[in-house]
Amino acid sequence: MSSEPARASGRPRPLSPHLQVYRWQLTSTLSILHRATGVALAVGAVLWVWWLLALAAGPNAFAVVNSFWGSVLGRILLFGWTFSFFYHFANGIRHLWWDTGYGLDLPSVYRSGWMVIAFSAVATLLAWVLGYVVRGA
Amino acid sequence: MSRPDSRTALARVRGLGTARSGVQHWWVQRLTAIALLPLSIWWVAGMIALTGAEHNEAAAWVARPLNATLSIITLAMVFHHGQLGLQVVIEDYVHHEGAKIALLIMVKLLAGVLALAGALAVLRLMLGAVA
Repeated sequence: MSSEPARASGRPRPLSPHLQVYRWQLTSTLSILHRATGVALAVGAVLWVWWLLALAAGPNAFAVVNSFWGSVLGRILLFGWTFSFFYHFANGIRHLWWDTGYGLDLPSVYRSGWMVIAFSAVATLLAWVLGYVVRGA
Repeated sequence: MSRPDSRTALARVRGLGTARSGVQHWWVQRLTAIALLPLSIWWVAGMIALTGAEHNEAAAWVARPLNATLSIITLAMVFHHGQLGLQVVIEDYVHHEGAKIALLIMVKLLAGVLALAGALAVLRLMLGAVA
């Protein structure tokens, strides 16, 4: 930090090793992804309120929202939020399970990590297949 | 062998630590997370069912008493859980004290306003005020 006061010797205080010295690990990636998807979902929640307000405002306002979600950009965002939701949901359960004191040994952490990845991928695809089935019906 | 404890008896009983908030933040984050497990799945299923729906269909879905009630509870849980999470993100990454406090105030007020706005929209739909 730049605001760190220099010592009498003039040398800066030593810093602990930073992120870039560690090799890639599944555990840290999933941890960062939990935070990133959480932030994404918070933004998504704002758009849920936008949807509700438009719905309450009437058909004209709703048509604007609907055409946005139906657009290519809208669908890409929705796809991202679908994955974010299922990931944060599954990894959240993983965190709640850890809170009970179980599953914290390394093999279990890796096993549950891969399970979360598999679940969020399958659930995201399934949700979109279902969505297109509903739309087609 | 137990470590020496320099805290006063009163501080030990209160158990709030140096941040003076104890486990409140952690605990409420878990409570809202648990509430959101069934609520979010219900909501996502509802949104999938409404894929491509026109105004009258979507409005009728939200207006149903059960859906309206669950929507309002979900709004409260989502925005409470969300602002608790964003608070930690801001505290971790924003190091300028003034910017940090300004962001925290903004996020917390905005979460309350958005949850309330969403709930009022749901109520308006439920009470049939939308043609």
